[in-house]
Amino acid sequence: MRVRPGHLLRQWMDRRAVRGARVALVYRTIFILPTRTGLLFTAVVIAVWLGAVNYNNNMAFLLCFLLAGFALTSMVHTFRNLLGLRLTAGNAEPVFAGDTAAFPVHVENPAARVRTGVAVGTTPPDSATMNLPAADATTCMVEVPAGARGILPLPVLVVATAFPGGLFRAWARVRLEAECLVRPAPEPAPVPEPPGTPSPGSGSSNRPGEDDFGGLRPYQPGDPLRRVAWHTLARGDGLQTKQFTGEAPDRTWLDDEALLDLPVEPRLARLCRWILDAENAGYAYGLRLRGRTIPPGNGSRHAARCLDALARFPQ
Amino acid sequence: MTATATAAAPNLRRSLPWLAAGLGLVIAPHAFHLPPWVTAVVVACAGARLLLARQGRRPPGRWLRALAVVTGVSGIYLGYDTLLGLHAGVALLCLLMGLKLLELRGSRDIVVLVVFGYFLTATQFLFNDSLLMAAYMLAAVWALTALLIALQDRTAADRPWRYGRLAAAMLGQSLPVMLILFVLFPRIPGPLWGMPDDAYAGMTGLSDEMTPGAISQLGRSDEVALRVEFDDAPPAYPRRYWRGPVLARYDGRSWRRAGDSAPAAGDASRLVSTRAPTDYTVTLEPHNQRWLLALDMPVEAGRGSRAPRGGYLQASGPVRERIRYDASSVIAYRLGTGLTRKQQAYYTDLPDGAHPRTRQLASRWRAQTGSDRALVEHGLRHFRREPFHYTLQPPRLDGDTTDAFLFDTRSGFCEHYAGAFAVLMRAAGIPARVVTGYMGGRMNPAGDYMIVRQSDAHAWVEVWLDDRGWLRVDPTAYVAPERVERGLAGALPDGEAGPGAAVGAGGLLQRLHLQWDAVNAYWHRWVLAYGPSLQQQLLQQLRLDSWPRLALALAAGIALTLAALTFSLLRRDRPLPPDPAAAAWGEFCRLLARRGLPRAPDEGPRDYARRAARRWPRDADAIDTVATRYEIARYGRGGVGAAEVRALRQAVRAFRSNSPVSRKGRSSSGKR
Repeated sequence: MRVRPGHLLRQWMDRRAVRGARVALVYRTIFILPTRTGLLFTAVVIAVWLGAVNYNNNMAFLLCFLLAGFALTSMVHTFRNLLGLRLTAGNAEPVFAGDTAAFPVHVENPAARVRTGVAVGTTPPDSATMNLPAADATTCMVEVPAGARGILPLPVLVVATAFPGGLFRAWARVRLEAECLVRPAPEPAPVPEPPGTPSPGSGSSNRPGEDDFGGLRPYQPGDPLRRVAWHTLARGDGLQTKQFTGEAPDRTWLDDEALLDLPVEPRLARLCRWILDAENAGYAYGLRLRGRTIPPGNGSRHAARCLDALARFPQ
Repeated sequence: MTATATAAAPNLRRSLPWLAAGLGLVIAPHAFHLPPWVTAVVVACAGARLLLARQGRRPPGRWLRALAVVTGVSGIYLGYDTLLGLHAGVALLCLLMGLKLLELRGSRDIVVLVVFGYFLTATQFLFNDSLLMAAYMLAAVWALTALLIALQDRTAADRPWRYGRLAAAMLGQSLPVMLILFVLFPRIPGPLWGMPDDAYAGMTGLSDEMTPGAISQLGRSDEVALRVEFDDAPPAYPRRYWRGPVLARYDGRSWRRAGDSAPAAGDASRLVSTRAPTDYTVTLEPHNQRWLLALDMPVEAGRGSRAPRGGYLQASGPVRERIRYDASSVIAYRLGTGLTRKQQAYYTDLPDGAHPRTRQLASRWRAQTGSDRALVEHGLRHFRREPFHYTLQPPRLDGDTTDAFLFDTRSGFCEHYAGAFAVLMRAAGIPARVVTGYMGGRMNPAGDYMIVRQSDAHAWVEVWLDDRGWLRVDPTAYVAPERVERGLAGALPDGEAGPGAAVGAGGLLQRLHLQWDAVNAYWHRWVLAYGPSLQQQLLQQLRLDSWPRLALALAAGIALTLAALTFSLLRRDRPLPPDPAAAAWGEFCRLLARRGLPRAPDEGPRDYARRAARRWPRDADAIDTVATRYEIARYGRGGVGAAEVRALRQAVRAFRSNSPVSRKGRSSSGKR
């Protein structure tokens, strides 16, 4: 494979990126280069200089040198617009592979002045800029596409600004310690049912459907929300759970042993689909995953626990 | 708090008026020399774009715009016959910027227009580099800069005035670098490329040819020709003859400067001074000609001029920038000791057959008088004897101009009298030549220097007398003696208006005018006169006359300036002194931390106090007092008052000294 110099440069700069849970932008971390506007500005300054020499016009010389001075001043100001910023990042909410992870990044501006036009992002972010209020912290969400299942570290961030003149762009590359659990993308339906699923078709023929109401029992943690008898709650009788006659023990084990003929990722995708379906259907489910066991349960926290176990499954 | 990053482009509709206003400031002074249709097109483009934006409609399509560009460029080419000259170039730039405004789509286009606006500002100085224009243009640069900065703030692209202060501060911070560059950046003597023909069209002054009517044109102009600072007292008014080019070639209508083929008159070498010379410094406005002006008769002149040759000071090249030179003149002098036969013939040459009536008059005079000197005096008195009129508006002369003037119209300006008198003298066989220059000049009480204006332009005659050399005679003085005693204003007939400053002396307006001229003179003397030659002198004095030294000095100067700027800017960013309330609370937290209960980073004062009170129930009250007072002092309504902070400090002090916890804490720390 041919190695592109741009790619090498990017790698080198990424290695140089400042790392840490909390990164302060100091002198050595900030790069600065002229922008396209800056180059145009330089061309105009040179044109004014040529005109001034040709026509021997001191006023044009003064203007030319004033503009040159302005460019240098603007370089100092642009550099200073980043200097001293402190960044921390939080973990992103887990997402499914293929979705977009949103990392909260806190940008702290300790100075007693507003920092205008600062952009934070993974790629050179030129369009989305924010104004950071004086002596305050601002949180922005950095979106990162979550490619593969696993643990997605927050990629190298670029903090950039072209304020005030737009003639220079100062930027720093920082690697903040934050991550996002990327759960496997669920296998698209339809998929085979997990073995031992309590479903209308699999139990005894005379087993009544879920519509056959069998009475109420006190709510226990883990009962699916859809079984909660909201009307009794509304009457003030506390949380009750609806029971249905002839219901099979509404729990099942989702076991990766049953799927050993599949490669790892498809297997995890299948398990993911099963977990989502079970959660949707509202019965209790447990997860056995290569030596790790999550006892049966139900509810969003339980589902999250199971899905995160899939996400953390070794590659 | 969470800020949503605003990715939207700045609201074009709202930033447009500011762009239009900023560019309007820059283009407005150009309107004086742009063809009216270009100004109209630019204004129309701006108006159309604003209207389109207001209605939320898109700019016109590509073909229409291309058509507009082609039409406009052709129009300028037809108007100027070129696209390259100064005037054509500026017109083209203005036109293209107007059309660019019409097709404006995003903030990038605005940036491009702003940057070209800077360039247009520079071109304005080629037309007018007065102090007033400098101030105006500085304001325009400031407005453009504020707009440039506001474009970087997506929330304020429509409110550039917010960044007016920052723009002013940054331009102010750029001044030191500007000064260093202005003084030290190497000046290359221009021009770099062939100058367009119209480059110096705006310069007025004497020309090297004198036809009837040429100087009376200048007489209407109030512009300054030169300013003079005298080392001692200036000469009396009637002696203020400023010598310009000497015109000795005559073709029957025009007097021209002698070419190089002319026999050298050897004037300067034969100059005999009869009095101590007058020393002075001249600041000469550019006139695009190869001569310098000096008081009649210069004996010495400073750098940039050659020794007087042909009777006047020559510059080393056309004077295209304002220059300053020292000069020394003798007011009373004898010039020349003898003419060769060839010279005699040259200075008495008249075209064959021209001016028959004038020749007749001259031979009559020759018969009536006994000597050359008597003839000259007789001739001068002729202008007083006969009904001649001195006027800025002479009637048109047809046919043989000299005859028509001397015998028919008999009214004219100085060039008529000088030209006619020189012809008369030559016809009588006396060598004669015309000298043009200025006569007069007034001291500016506000600045202690003399102003000589274009309206002081004058022409006189030098005649050769064998025993006297070249003798200055001024026929105008015999027609209108006031002209050489008090100036043009007093000499003109009633009801004939001269130029502004030459009329109406002593009014408030004129005093202000003179004050302003003094300010301008200093501006010229200290800023605009700085050029390659002055820089060379200065660099020699500073011992920076070698390239490596100069480069080093430039780099060091700029680096030091930037370092100073950076230092002073970063000093402002030092963390603020902690809020007194926060400091007292911090002390309290450190006390508790030493006793083994550090505050969790995310723990608020209330929660922390509750935890501490549970740990040390006996001190619950004291702890609660501190927390409550801290909350009041820090977050209470109406900001932090001194009283609240004092109360908090008291509570902390009380907790530290009186609480048993503290003793227990000390003993426990002692055990450790």
